[in-house]
Amino acid sequence: MTRARWVLWLLVAMAAALFVLFAVQLSRPKNDFVQSAMVGKPIPEFTLEPAVQSRPGVSSADFTDGKPRLLNIFASWCVPCAAEAPQLAALEQQGADIVAIAIRDRPQDVAAFLSAYGNPFSRIGSDEISQVQLDLGSSGVPETFVIDGKGVIRYQHIGDIRDRDVPILLQKLREAGA
Amino acid sequence: MRIALPAALGLALLALTPAVAPAQDLLPPAPYAYRQLDDPEQEAKAQALMETLRCLKCQSQSIADSDAPMAGDMRHQVRSRIAAGEEPEAIRAWLIERYGDYVSYKPQVTATTWPLFAIPLVLLAVALLILRGRLRGRT
Repeated sequence: MTRARWVLWLLVAMAAALFVLFAVQLSRPKNDFVQSAMVGKPIPEFTLEPAVQSRPGVSSADFTDGKPRLLNIFASWCVPCAAEAPQLAALEQQGADIVAIAIRDRPQDVAAFLSAYGNPFSRIGSDEISQVQLDLGSSGVPETFVIDGKGVIRYQHIGDIRDRDVPILLQKLREAGA
Repeated sequence: MRIALPAALGLALLALTPAVAPAQDLLPPAPYAYRQLDDPEQEAKAQALMETLRCLKCQSQSIADSDAPMAGDMRHQVRSRIAAGEEPEAIRAWLIERYGDYVSYKPQVTATTWPLFAIPLVLLAVALLILRGRLRGRT
């Protein structure tokens, strides 16, 4: 008799544990961001043609000269990319070298975007079929990676860069050896 | 006159609607985003794989189901890699290496998912034990 009762209480405890699990997991805020699993790994090999005439294109070899850089994934058709332009300008003014990859973009659209919102980029590669974006584990625009001087991806910022993110990115650049 | 006001309101609303350009589609889609492979056997392999890969922009759809430009670019990767002789599971592994298990809909037994597979077996064993105890108690 006592054994049966013990088993019943065990069932009640299991059901209660299940409800606690549901309550905890369901009350967590939704996170749609897909983090890149490439953080900590070397940047994949690629070569991209220039997206505009005024800047050279981008290749993975550009990241292995000992200087840490920001790699900004953007597009002229992306609204938050325009929103983060002042923050990118601030980062450039504070010494960050920002390399960019334009996703699924036409040269004339990139040029119009840069003349409207400024051009803080030292290089801009054109990725017309998201090939390098997929290789980087990036799932949207804008995203910003911190790449150290050996070409290893150190940090990923997903979404547009807000004011509060500027010091974080500068700190991550310093940690990467800037 | 009764119709005039709603009609005027409707026109005003139409005039206010901004001209929304499908800006992401100014470029033509990647070559194999919407084009099937010529070899039906390879296309079948690609299709089966694409149905089990998650669209990263529209996260409840597979890349086979989604018209998001990025899903098209992922389909292009899948088809062109299969055409180049790559095995479907190697392509899945390539994507998991970049996006984690989340990108794949195919259940995998890993260090974090094994309880999902083990718990039903344990519960079944417990149920059988209880049943056996009960049946014994009767005789």
